[in-house]
Amino acid sequence: MREFIFRLFGRGRRPPDSDGDARTEGGVGADGQARTDGGTVTKEQTVGRSRVQEALDSDLVGSLPFWLPPALLIGLFVYGAIGWNVLISLTDWSGLGQPDYDSLSFAMYEEMLSDPTFWTATQNTFVLLIVFTAVTLLLGLLLAILVDQKIRFENTFRTIYLLPMSLSFVVTAIFWSWMYNPEIGLINVGLRSLGLDFLAYAWLSDPRFSLGAVIFALMWQFSGYCMVVYLAGLRAIPTEQYEAARTDGASTLRMYRRVIIPQLRASTTSAAVVLMVFALKAFDFLFVLFGPTPGPSTDILSVMMFREAFRATNWAYGSAIATVLFVMALGVIGPYLYLQYSRGDL
Amino acid sequence: MSSQTANDSTSGIDFQRIGLYAVLAVMAAFYLSPLESGLMTAFKSQEAFIGSTPFVPPPPSGFTVEPWFEAWSRLQLGVFNSLLLAIPATALSAVFGSLAAYGLTNVNWRGQVAVIVLFVAGIFVPYQSVLVPLTQFWTMVGLDEILAAVPMLAERSGLIELIITHTAYGIPICTILFRSYYATIDPEMLEAARLDGATVARIYWKIILPLSVPIFAVTLIYQFTQIWNDLLFALVLLTSPGNQVVTLSLNQLQGSMVQQYNLQMAGAFVAALPTLVVYVLFGEQFAEGVAGET
Repeated sequence: MREFIFRLFGRGRRPPDSDGDARTEGGVGADGQARTDGGTVTKEQTVGRSRVQEALDSDLVGSLPFWLPPALLIGLFVYGAIGWNVLISLTDWSGLGQPDYDSLSFAMYEEMLSDPTFWTATQNTFVLLIVFTAVTLLLGLLLAILVDQKIRFENTFRTIYLLPMSLSFVVTAIFWSWMYNPEIGLINVGLRSLGLDFLAYAWLSDPRFSLGAVIFALMWQFSGYCMVVYLAGLRAIPTEQYEAARTDGASTLRMYRRVIIPQLRASTTSAAVVLMVFALKAFDFLFVLFGPTPGPSTDILSVMMFREAFRATNWAYGSAIATVLFVMALGVIGPYLYLQYSRGDL
Repeated sequence: MSSQTANDSTSGIDFQRIGLYAVLAVMAAFYLSPLESGLMTAFKSQEAFIGSTPFVPPPPSGFTVEPWFEAWSRLQLGVFNSLLLAIPATALSAVFGSLAAYGLTNVNWRGQVAVIVLFVAGIFVPYQSVLVPLTQFWTMVGLDEILAAVPMLAERSGLIELIITHTAYGIPICTILFRSYYATIDPEMLEAARLDGATVARIYWKIILPLSVPIFAVTLIYQFTQIWNDLLFALVLLTSPGNQVVTLSLNQLQGSMVQQYNLQMAGAFVAALPTLVVYVLFGEQFAEGVAGET
């Protein structure tokens, strides 16, 4: 691999102890032993190639073979595809056949704005985004504070809380469809055994509760992640601050509210960004539970996009919804990245 | 944090600590309950899981391992294909991530930040915003025709497309994981190597790479879980049933066996087993990977 990169970019010096092949450099002589620190090269040669050598020695060029191939892959598959998606959304491509890039218009976006399904899905997406992010952050913070009390078996508890995060959404959706089963699922069996029969609803099929039930299950899956982020934040706070608050006679609750939690702002921001972006693209979990046509109570934009493009073959329309999703994601990560950049964290 | 203990432990029983552990235990039960009730259900016969409480172990009369065999026979192709997908895709994105992180962290040049921004933003791009062009792209490439000369690969073209796609989408997070680790490497050490005449490539090969073992573990574990668990890309890119990955098979099992919860639960465990094993063995590294996303 190394030799390959050396040869490909005519960059590396031959290791002094190896007698590998001499590579040429910018067509200047066949002797690859160009060593700026002297070596075997004669004076004329050094002068003749010094500028080429200088350019090649600059760190930008030296680092190119490392970051350029992955950057090109991202450029093609991520950013190129995003641009292409916008282009497709301006056509009227649907069904079989190929998109016609000659007549571009915003027709799909107009159609979208007058589509009631789009507004229902947008509303659900926002509810999911806000409620899911809020409750998950809160539970994650609570868990982190509990785990941070110098407890025994800390590793075991942490491992258990984070466990759902390692599972596929397909798997967790199947677990929760069983949990929520109205007759024999754990939730309703539990409620009935507590004498709360009147609360035993059909959680997933009742339009009043289905989105809430989804949010609860997703909170179960993601709160461990928030705990990990908050725990790192808590551990970064110097112990003196806890002690100072103690000597001031602050109660535990007050200490957390006034001293500790305000310092977790960075953890909150970054965890919230991840959760919100997830809420925007949440697909697998809802798709497994409700299929491509979930009905108005649990339809979200990412599922609607899939349905329009890959079930109804309204490719351009699906792309238009996808563009909206991308812009929403940009609205979340744009400020975040700017914040990171201005803090010098990038 | 728990300076309370010092004061309270003098007064004998520490009620606050007991309360704390009680809450921790209740939360642990909350996180484990779907898995526990699923596991119990997977060992019950149809009559048993309808008639008994979900989290109670199966009665002797209602105990069966039949669902596990049934689930395995329906999912084994998916498990095999998922391994075929996840292992190369994980390795590739980790290697690319390591290379990119080195080029963007330990080697300094102007304009670096702009490239880094594109990498970081790439973590958060919703898959939906590239799905249509992605299918269009792979149709235009026609990988199965390119590989037609090698039937073994041509049959697998859908999986190969998926490997390349997952590699591309895995690079951003892998790069960021490696970057935060590489940023802690002492720049003086690298500067010394450079003064000794080592090239950028040689420094990577001789210094950075040997130091990267722990972060490679974190990245491989995290990325393997991500790729193994993904449904959406597979749903859109895989057309041949022979290439079906495990998340697809499991979703189909769920759709076709609606009321057979014992079979569904067994299937869910079969599909989750590799990630569960990885998680139990390397939970610490997984947590590190998860935290790296921020």
